[in-house]
Amino acid sequence: MLEAHVGGGRSTLSRIRNYLRQPHIIISLVLLLVLVFIVIIPFIKMVADSVIWQYADRRLSRAARPGSLTLFHWKRIFASNLTQNVLLRPLFNSLSTSLGISAFAMLIGSLLAWVVVRTDLPGRRVVAALAVIPYVIPSYIHALAWLNLFKNDRIGGAAGIFQYVFGVSPPNWVSYGYFPIIFTLAIHYFPYTYLLVSASLKNIDSRLEESGEILGASRSYILKRITFPLVLPALLSSFILTFSRALGIFGTPYFLGSPVRVFTLTTQIYSNITNRITSSGYILAFVLILISSVIIFFNQRIIGKRKSFVTIAGKGFRTSPTSLGKAKYTILVLVVILLIISVLMPFVLILWQTFALYPDNYSLKELTLHFWIGRSNTEFAEGEAGILRNPAILRATWNSVKLALVAAIVSGFIGIFIGYAVVKGRNTRLSNAVEQISFLPYLVPGIAFGALYLSLFTHKIGPIPALYGTFLLIALVCIAKNLPFTGRAGISSMLQIGSELEEAAEVSGARWSRGFRKIVLPLTIHGALSGFILVFITVMRELSLIILLVTPETRTLTTMTFRYQEQGYTQFSSAISALIIIIVVSGELLARRFVKREIV
Amino acid sequence: MPIVEVKNLTKIFGNVVAVKDVSFTIEERDFLILLGPSGCGKTTILRMIAGLEIPTSGEIILRDRLVFSSRKGVFVPAREREVGLVFQSYALWPHMTVFENVGFGLQVKKMKSLLVKKKVEEVLEFLRLEDMAGRYPQEMSGGQQQRVALARMLVCEPEIFLMDEPLSNLDAKLRLEMRAEIKNLHYQTGATTIYVTHDQVEGLTMANRISVLNRGEIEQMGEPKHVYKMPSTLFVADFIGSPTINKIRGVVGKTSRPAGGKPARAGVICDHFTLLTSYGTLPEAKEVVLAIRPENLRRVSAPGENTLPAEVHTILPAGPETILQVKLHDMTLNILMTQETEAQVGDRIYIHFPPEHILLFDEASQKLLPAE
Repeated sequence: MLEAHVGGGRSTLSRIRNYLRQPHIIISLVLLLVLVFIVIIPFIKMVADSVIWQYADRRLSRAARPGSLTLFHWKRIFASNLTQNVLLRPLFNSLSTSLGISAFAMLIGSLLAWVVVRTDLPGRRVVAALAVIPYVIPSYIHALAWLNLFKNDRIGGAAGIFQYVFGVSPPNWVSYGYFPIIFTLAIHYFPYTYLLVSASLKNIDSRLEESGEILGASRSYILKRITFPLVLPALLSSFILTFSRALGIFGTPYFLGSPVRVFTLTTQIYSNITNRITSSGYILAFVLILISSVIIFFNQRIIGKRKSFVTIAGKGFRTSPTSLGKAKYTILVLVVILLIISVLMPFVLILWQTFALYPDNYSLKELTLHFWIGRSNTEFAEGEAGILRNPAILRATWNSVKLALVAAIVSGFIGIFIGYAVVKGRNTRLSNAVEQISFLPYLVPGIAFGALYLSLFTHKIGPIPALYGTFLLIALVCIAKNLPFTGRAGISSMLQIGSELEEAAEVSGARWSRGFRKIVLPLTIHGALSGFILVFITVMRELSLIILLVTPETRTLTTMTFRYQEQGYTQFSSAISALIIIIVVSGELLARRFVKREIV
Repeated sequence: MPIVEVKNLTKIFGNVVAVKDVSFTIEERDFLILLGPSGCGKTTILRMIAGLEIPTSGEIILRDRLVFSSRKGVFVPAREREVGLVFQSYALWPHMTVFENVGFGLQVKKMKSLLVKKKVEEVLEFLRLEDMAGRYPQEMSGGQQQRVALARMLVCEPEIFLMDEPLSNLDAKLRLEMRAEIKNLHYQTGATTIYVTHDQVEGLTMANRISVLNRGEIEQMGEPKHVYKMPSTLFVADFIGSPTINKIRGVVGKTSRPAGGKPARAGVICDHFTLLTSYGTLPEAKEVVLAIRPENLRRVSAPGENTLPAEVHTILPAGPETILQVKLHDMTLNILMTQETEAQVGDRIYIHFPPEHILLFDEASQKLLPAE
């Protein structure tokens, strides 16, 4: 009976017209087009490139016919005598260090969260404010600080402070490899667990625990049987997400692992691509994407479902904090030590290095400001001037700031539109497609994302221009990579305002554009602002995403740090790191003034 | 001349039929209430009339103007339909003051700001909100927000008011006040009003016409009093009235034909008793549901015709009236008593079923059986 209405050419036509009359459909379609271009096509191109002979491949094989199909690289990675060194060992290193990092980070972060949220530890507010800092500063800065302290002269290059002070060269396992990688990254990542678990602890409706108490359960029993199971999903989630992030990290294993030939997937991708064995690099990037996707998918599917019961809003009373009793000061000392190691030491070590005239002489008498404000002097660092009067570094600073601003503004706005399209079209296939595709960059680790863009934009292909070497390309990759965050911020703020507010404007006679400008935008811009500042900070400290794409013209502060460190000018790399820390931490403080921190 | 004409309106979401072939017309100054449980499609109908939802098929005509027709491919967007709409959530813009909220529609029409000010102030005064102009919605009480939403609709002087459960977020006392206020508003402005609610009391007290919806279809439409007295289906009988109508299943038995020219009365055989009705001859053995409103059952002191003994189960006094719940074999019946009653729980009392108040529904079709 109803089918009778559906058939008929005229009605189908008007149906399509009515469909396209909804502005959110148009926006969804445009977004879909953009997203396919910046997310899906690069992926397809990268996979396609891996089965095509490249020009540079003629060095590797006589059979290379540039442009024609081949499985040479897949065989090289998966089934050759190189497999062990190129794939398996780096894969093992990646997995094992990530496992160590996430286990340690989870342990430290969750204990800290409990102590800060639920006990009477003195100075909890200060601890809470400081605990996020290690996560805000770029991860490789912890690695640089570590090297400034524990570098030894056996690997080559200047020795660190430890050797200077004690006259003993630290053993290799302390200076490089597994131990420092796990240690520095656990120090970097524990705030992530801390944030997730403390949010989850705060969200527990205290009545749940109180009813346990009324039934006569002891504090420790409640902790074990009620509190712990409720935060378990957050705990597992933080473990899994830390694991997947650690897998994609590039700077730290490069600085701390490569010198002793501990390679990871990320450093292998980098070295393959910089050695112009790009196809192999692409395949490794593909492997990395695959692993990371599976992990995140697992997290969404298995834990995502259980997570729901933790978010029951906590009304009720705050439970009275657990008294730590005699252990109070012991725990306080431990927390202070943690903060000194994770927050204070990196600053001190980085700064100290910048004041050392010679990279291995840390004498307080030899301190200098040369690497900050010195004029060019051929005696030091091949005549590079101090960073505050060095035009190359000033340009890199400008590049960094410009990049972060552009990425933050553009992805912030796209995020608002994603939120609008997704929420307006809730539960339609189109809306789901927009939501899911905008989430895809989250699955791709930074360096692999860089590899995707490298493969697509090196040469002009049809309508796609050759953007390699341009600022636009780097901006584009930063925008695309951050869409999952801004999109999510857009969706959540759009969900809060509800569609009736916009409909009320429509009924009042306002055109769509007016309703959007006067109602939707003013109400979502605040939520988008938090996404904006977050993206700004993320891009300011971004290294792995852009390391494959920058050219001397488009250098940023982070990639400058990387180059100087590579060349052994540790004072410069430290000085620039200090600059990055200052910018990023002030951004974070600014963000705290304006908005509630979002966990990403 | 009907002001609103809805013809064969159907709306399908995915594979759910939300509104199914609905047609009705509304005359000028009518106050129509669309009544039904949640999910019956009443809000969807309202949104389609407003232009916020595109129907799957059908036609809508507002004041002689075709605003939607699937056949002719006509769709006039909400902003050009010039109807007023009050949302369930009020949908007041939280970043605008009361003045800005109310003035928005006029500014959109590019009215001079001096005139906007004058009109907004007029409307605010009319709704006793003149001191609130500078406030933000979240700084006001629910009742005040409700009046701002009304003001925002009124200021544009639409000829048709659409209201989507406007009182459902208010507490009981305020709801009563606002009911009177809206009814008065309708009286003063004379605007044709379509009002959506799931609260049957609102339906009975405010409208001059109600339309009861179930699963996307209109079950019955008519004057509230008539719909209450003669519900055309069991669903309507059940949905309207509080406490709920009493229902007893049975089959049609012998028709008694009293001497002296009195009309014949069909009897209904229930499990443990037989009741006489005011219906004439009915096919014997037909399965029926006998229904009687709680206020029509009477407590009597002695057994008699159509009178059954029952046991008092619960007593629910509510000021001027009392609801008695009695056990009649394995059934519970509600009796609404307006006078003082001295019953105690456990008492055996006699209940009289006046035949003229007994409604019979066909068990198979759920429809009211026509009285002769």
